[in-house]
Amino acid sequence: MRSVHIVGGIWCLGLLLGLAGCGQKTDTADGTKVVRIGSVAPLTGPQAHLGKDNENGARLAVEEINAQGLTLGGKRVRLELIGEDDQADPKTATIVAQKLIDSGVVAVIGHLNSGTSIPASKYYHDAGIPQISPSATAIAYTAQGYNNTFRVMANDEQQGRVLGSYAVNTMGARRIAIIDDRTAYGQGLADEFEKAARAAGGEIVAREYTHDRATDFTAILTAIKSKNPDLIFFGGMDPQAGPMAQQMKRLGLTARFLGGDGIQNLNFIKLAGDAAEGVTASSPGLPLEAMPGGPDFKRRFEAKYGPIQVYAPYAYDAVMVLVDAMRRADSYEPAKVLAELPKTDYKGVTGHIRFDRKGDTEGGAVTLYQVKHGAWEVLETVK
Amino acid sequence: MLRLALPRSRRAARNALILLAVLLVALPFLTELALGRSWVRVLDFALLYIILALGLNIVVGYAGLLDLGYVAFYALGAYLYAWLASPHFGLHLPFWAVLPLGALLAAVFGVLLGAPTLRLRGDYLAIVTLGFGEIIRIFMNNLNAPVNITNGPQGINLIDPVSLAGLSFSKTQTFFGLTLSSAHLYYYLFLVFTLATVFIAYRLEDSRIGRAWIAIREDEVAAAAMGINTRNVKLLAFAMGAVFGGLAGGLFAAFQGFISPESFSLWESILILCMIVLGGMGHIPGVILGALLLTVLPEALRYLGDWQRLALGKVLLEPTDLRMLLFGAALVLMMIYRPEGLVPSPQRKREFHAEDSVAEQEQASLYDARR
Amino acid sequence: MDIFLQQLINGLALGSIYALVALGYTMVYGILELINFAHGEITMMGAMIALTVIGALLGTSLDLPGLMVVLAGVLVAIPACMLLGYTIEKVAYRPLRRAPRLAPLITAIGVSILLQNAAMLIWGRQYISFPPLIPQHSHEILGAHITELQIFIILLSLLIMGGLWLLVQKTALGRAMRATAQAKDVAALMGVNVDRVISATFLIGSALAAIAGVMVSAYYGLAHYYMGFMLGLKAFSAAVLGGIGNIAGAMLGGLMLGVIEALGAGYIGDLTGGFLGSHYQDVFAFFVLIMVLVFRPSGLLGERVASRA
Repeated sequence: MRSVHIVGGIWCLGLLLGLAGCGQKTDTADGTKVVRIGSVAPLTGPQAHLGKDNENGARLAVEEINAQGLTLGGKRVRLELIGEDDQADPKTATIVAQKLIDSGVVAVIGHLNSGTSIPASKYYHDAGIPQISPSATAIAYTAQGYNNTFRVMANDEQQGRVLGSYAVNTMGARRIAIIDDRTAYGQGLADEFEKAARAAGGEIVAREYTHDRATDFTAILTAIKSKNPDLIFFGGMDPQAGPMAQQMKRLGLTARFLGGDGIQNLNFIKLAGDAAEGVTASSPGLPLEAMPGGPDFKRRFEAKYGPIQVYAPYAYDAVMVLVDAMRRADSYEPAKVLAELPKTDYKGVTGHIRFDRKGDTEGGAVTLYQVKHGAWEVLETVK
Repeated sequence: MLRLALPRSRRAARNALILLAVLLVALPFLTELALGRSWVRVLDFALLYIILALGLNIVVGYAGLLDLGYVAFYALGAYLYAWLASPHFGLHLPFWAVLPLGALLAAVFGVLLGAPTLRLRGDYLAIVTLGFGEIIRIFMNNLNAPVNITNGPQGINLIDPVSLAGLSFSKTQTFFGLTLSSAHLYYYLFLVFTLATVFIAYRLEDSRIGRAWIAIREDEVAAAAMGINTRNVKLLAFAMGAVFGGLAGGLFAAFQGFISPESFSLWESILILCMIVLGGMGHIPGVILGALLLTVLPEALRYLGDWQRLALGKVLLEPTDLRMLLFGAALVLMMIYRPEGLVPSPQRKREFHAEDSVAEQEQASLYDARR
Repeated sequence: MDIFLQQLINGLALGSIYALVALGYTMVYGILELINFAHGEITMMGAMIALTVIGALLGTSLDLPGLMVVLAGVLVAIPACMLLGYTIEKVAYRPLRRAPRLAPLITAIGVSILLQNAAMLIWGRQYISFPPLIPQHSHEILGAHITELQIFIILLSLLIMGGLWLLVQKTALGRAMRATAQAKDVAALMGVNVDRVISATFLIGSALAAIAGVMVSAYYGLAHYYMGFMLGLKAFSAAVLGGIGNIAGAMLGGLMLGVIEALGAGYIGDLTGGFLGSHYQDVFAFFVLIMVLVFRPSGLLGERVASRA
């Protein structure tokens, strides 16, 4: 039967490929224990630049901890980061999750998207290992009743609330237009912003939509212009926000432009050019510059990997929070680390990190920034 | 091919069948032992893609209708499962009730897609089906307002797993001292559906309808002249293909427990098409091989770093940088060396390796007989 | 009214971008009947190569005027993309010329993945910004805004369309192309060097892709290794809408698709009483496309091509 050969052949091929991966020692000759941590993000496809940024952030933290030396339970420990690519695809995410569990990771930093973090969390939960996402913001991620899901990033509700009331109360916006990119992140943030802005007394005059690979926004901006808003909020990322700001300017739209953490980065300023001036955006946590070790982190990171895209500092902090919990537990065993994680009280480069019951950051501050003279300047930090 | 390759004696045939059965039953255990549980998950997805590829093969391989929106049926099946078995609407119907409904819904949409496109040929049909796939995805992505039907980009979570006689497939179960993980349980479930699909596909191929499809693929005008009702037969191809898509979608939703529109992008349609062309269009063993290969290859390429370490002693190039590059190169190379597919049907192989004129004829007649 | 005029201008500007890419797409299709999925990636490569040259020139102490720098970028990108297109055809498509029709389609998808990831390795994963060398001041006409670059792109696409038409209709090469498109074997019998004609088509198509790539990235101010996928898809839709293989059709299809998208995004909410919003812009565009094809199964101007073989 031919099918026998086919099935058998494929299996042998797989075996051959896989066996090459085995046989790595987890104990080195000098008695150091190698402890593996997973990092998952899309490393190919349209979001690869963000994914690599997350991985680099986590990698820098791991390297620094190894350089300092880590001793747990009287044994020297060396951390090893295994970076995997989930292609922002929920199906691939679950395969990668299982692969990391198989290779014996004690924790996972990731995934980047909510749409991959959620299906993967089931497997980490079943395996009893902690998952700390540096960037998933969907409320649902920590609302599944799992005790192992954490994030070091404000969720959509936390950030949307701050942005909505800030737009109305501080920026004085009355007529507000909202655009989102129809991703889990953009839509979630925009919806929460809308709720908060309405609650604060703002009027939503237009709700428009785009997608996360779009470059042309003139049609929706023209539609918005006819509604005459004084503020435009965008739930989405910098590759869209940059051209959008430029096209606003070209269309003679004078409304102010407000966004979330997805656009509060250097890339936005580069892409928007002189249209970036005056744009306001938020970022969870405290400004990097205000944190002890923040500017230093930025320097070290950029020396090694180039400019920070968006979430690298959060990925860095996620590893640091994890190692902090390991130190307190004096163990790398997932169960013990998991018991310590909720008690986290850590001053990272992105802010003071504590977790609430669900694993979200507690009382997370959100800082607002504005582009002035081609650079982000801190406006204020809202608690 | 299967039939031609039948061994000489019945005993040999029986032995081969038994060997295959044992191999298929033992496969997840062997795989987990040798490669780890993640590869059992890869096997699960491979089975799911075999169902999908065989479904698309009906439309593209048999009836010769180039469909680039097949993922829409997969999405419909998955969403229907999520609507009827998750906290989203508070409904929790059992899987055996939901799966047929998903298949039915997909079939209805298959006819809806087929009806306006009956006159279209080749690449015009491709763009219309592509548009259909995108339209379904965009609706799934946006129907969270004014009425929340699909929960939009946030997706639907906590979908009920398959459970049989009170045994949930999402948990590790023990039978008579044998421990089966969720991945193993789903493997056997998917295996049953896959074998059923393969069986149906073989029966279809040999049936009146199957021959009608092939006749339409080869020459629609001649087929009509022979008394084939081309309209009905084409619609039937779309509907039959869609049934398998809807079925696989329901299984996917139950297996994952979470679905969002990201899972149903155009890329999935393209990937499934690649599977059948690469394996050998219109030929069941070929299609199965194509589906297996294209599911396994991207996962196997994750080990690039380990191979480099083994061969060179260090990692020269990051596997995450190279993985998809090599995947693309593999597609190109496989097509250049086996343009008729890795395991083409004997008829096609004959035509392809016959004189050029015959191949030319075949090429011309494959998609647009009447251009 | 000024809103409608503005949406029309938005649509024409977007449409001329689609048309620019679709022209190259449709040329290759007309000859080989191959959906060249990699065309979008060649466009991307053009943008990336030009940006590299522009970056290098700006890095030197030479103080060249902005337009000169962009022109230099285009002039390097064109031959580079031509070489790339020529190589792709020779290595990936030529061996499959007599293969079943779907085989080269899969190869094209493979080439497209390959180019994307090669670009990712070379230029990195981040978005690259196009330096503001081309001034984009907007002018107000009847309450609507339009920039010089928009006008330039519309004119350029018309110019290229005209040039291609002349080439195909009036030159010896064009005659050979038409003959090859109709029947390769007969054309070969008549003394047409089919291989050379196909290579020439790829060279021209790739040169157009390079120009389109630079224009797109200058217009939107960015480039990314993934940008080709969306562009290729839209160009393919535009080419089909106009009647694939037809040069005027590609232009018309591109412009129409742009206008449909802009008007769809702008007015779909009002048309459906607020039930559907601009998130259904692509649904609207595909719906119109499907309707056109249902009533004209070979596109708007596709008739002449359809009687080709």
